[in-house]
Amino acid sequence: MTTTDEPKVQKSPPARPRPPQRPGDRVFAASAKYAGVLILVVLAAVAAFLLIEGWPAVATSTDTLTKSINWLEGHSLIGYVGPLVFGTILAALIALVIATPIAIGVALFISHYAPRRIASGLGYIIDLLAAIPSVVYGLWGALWLMPKVHPFFEWMSTYFGWIPLFEGPAANPPRTILTAGIVLAVMILPIITAVSREIFLQTPTLHEEAALALGATRWEMIRMSVLPFARSGIISATMLGLGRALGETMAVAMVLSPGLMYSIFILQAGQQQNIAANIALKFPEASGKGVNVLIFTGLVLFVITLLVNMFARWIVSRRAEFSGAN
Amino acid sequence: MKRIRYGRIAAIVTAGALALTACGNDPASDSGNNNGGGGETAAESDLTGTLAGSGATSQESAQNAWIAKFGEANPDVDLSYDPVGSGGGRKAFLEGGVQFAGSDAALTEEERATAKEKCGADAYDLPLYISPIAVVYNLKDVKNLQLAPATIAKIFDGKIATWNDPAIAADNPGVTLPTGAITPINRSDESGTTKNFTDYLSKTAPADWTYKPDGNWPRQGTQSANGTSGVIQAVQAAEGTIAYADHSQAGSLGVAKIKVGDAYVEPTAEGAAKVVEESPKVEGLPEHDLAIDLKRDTTTAGAYPLLLVSYIVVCSKYSDAEKGKLVKAYVSYIASEDGQKVAAEEAGSAPISDALRSDVDAAVKAIS
Repeated sequence: MTTTDEPKVQKSPPARPRPPQRPGDRVFAASAKYAGVLILVVLAAVAAFLLIEGWPAVATSTDTLTKSINWLEGHSLIGYVGPLVFGTILAALIALVIATPIAIGVALFISHYAPRRIASGLGYIIDLLAAIPSVVYGLWGALWLMPKVHPFFEWMSTYFGWIPLFEGPAANPPRTILTAGIVLAVMILPIITAVSREIFLQTPTLHEEAALALGATRWEMIRMSVLPFARSGIISATMLGLGRALGETMAVAMVLSPGLMYSIFILQAGQQQNIAANIALKFPEASGKGVNVLIFTGLVLFVITLLVNMFARWIVSRRAEFSGAN
Repeated sequence: MKRIRYGRIAAIVTAGALALTACGNDPASDSGNNNGGGGETAAESDLTGTLAGSGATSQESAQNAWIAKFGEANPDVDLSYDPVGSGGGRKAFLEGGVQFAGSDAALTEEERATAKEKCGADAYDLPLYISPIAVVYNLKDVKNLQLAPATIAKIFDGKIATWNDPAIAADNPGVTLPTGAITPINRSDESGTTKNFTDYLSKTAPADWTYKPDGNWPRQGTQSANGTSGVIQAVQAAEGTIAYADHSQAGSLGVAKIKVGDAYVEPTAEGAAKVVEESPKVEGLPEHDLAIDLKRDTTTAGAYPLLLVSYIVVCSKYSDAEKGKLVKAYVSYIASEDGQKVAAEEAGSAPISDALRSDVDAAVKAIS
């Protein structure tokens, strides 16, 4: 996880005799080590599976691929995966832009504004949101959210349609990437809130009181001492949320009308598609080379998620001394 | 102390009850018991073995009904049908994984050759599931929408943008059409329904529908949903939508009448069966292979040419004689009046005509 950094290791004094070890120590040390090794083995196994099964798709020529897979519609492998990557990142970005300000606001409210009792209750309810299965979110989005959100989309396309992003006409029913992004935002909200809340609670009280003593108002205190302290923690929280949004399958599959284009028209339907939802919808009836192509798209998603997480870790490590992760 | 003792007893009783519920009857033996009790209807059947099929999702509910009824009459037969899609079903059949396939399209030339090798003899396509495809729409105020094939083609090609377009008004004299936008919805997955719909449009409105018939929707940038249920749900979600879907799933949505000849016809089982009767067999096939070339441009009164014919693909010779017997018995049941009635009730299909039934029976006789 990107938020828990190991504490600073003290250099042990030289030539210290080994402490006495009982069988319990040995068993515990061994099981902890093997648990760690097991995780690495599982990760390696997943990566190996994706590479081995996805490789035939890369190795086959485009002609052979398009002849045997008819949902490839004449695209080359890159031409098929490219729009999927674009759609995945677009949906995740929309979710992030919507969820992050709200999540930080909720976390700040819980840590600094709410009375104790309400704060713990609210935290518990937010964590409950994380427990709702994504299929339920998909059903909620498709059956309840869509009719409610359509008038708002129409208003947006009427008044902001001159911006290419909001170019109309707004699709009706709004099975668009924006609706999928809103559902994703609700799904990643609890993750970002929970992690940010922990970070905000760890702000050194001394800094906060110093700001208050200098005459700052509550908001100014937060702006001066809490937010700078929590900055890398917030970034790692949003990266966690981004990771979930990138890989989200069922909610997107049930809400989005898929398309295979590099399109930024988020109010129109049939433009983009998510990698994970695409695999979920195409896999049951895929066979032969089709399966290889789908697993290759899964490999691409795996690599993207890996890169996002590495980037998040790097950001956190840059300000490791002054972060709440200590 | 007393509370702990009662708590322990209650826990043991609950655990025991939960464990014993696992010893309940499983459904197979239950229906067997019912059958024994009902006595006189079940004939003594000596058929045993497993019979597996896979293929088209369009046949799924019909196959489930057939399996249930056939299983009642033949309790020692283990039947299954896996709705993986027509392509997957034909593939499994050609590889020998299943004994019969359900397919929305007859075997291609290549597949026929492979089947001939695999079976050691010809494979037969038997058209045993006929289902009308309805053009469904969601409009509050228009109860009886009528559409000509050219209009349908223009709507689904995106050439008509609003409901009060002159083309639609021409098909509906005297009806006030709303001014809103029209949203056509298609299937996002590869589908036999899409293939039959695009085939219908390309044969009846070739000037307006220039795409080849295909199981994948040929246009980009349209609203789409996964599966028949997805499409129906999408149509219900907003006003002004129009889509094509299996007639049995149309539910409470409005169903358009399509123009056949000079009259507007609504989807009916009889109308679909009429078209199948009129349609010739595909040329150049072995005698008992009943693949049909649907006459989409028929003008017979009451015929409804927007339909889906789903085939049961079988070998004419099975290396395992037991399997051959099972296939014969099952396919005869499906083709019988009872079987077709069951499918009509459960899945909304059109029962096959008597003429087609005698052809199918002749083909089944030739299976060994």
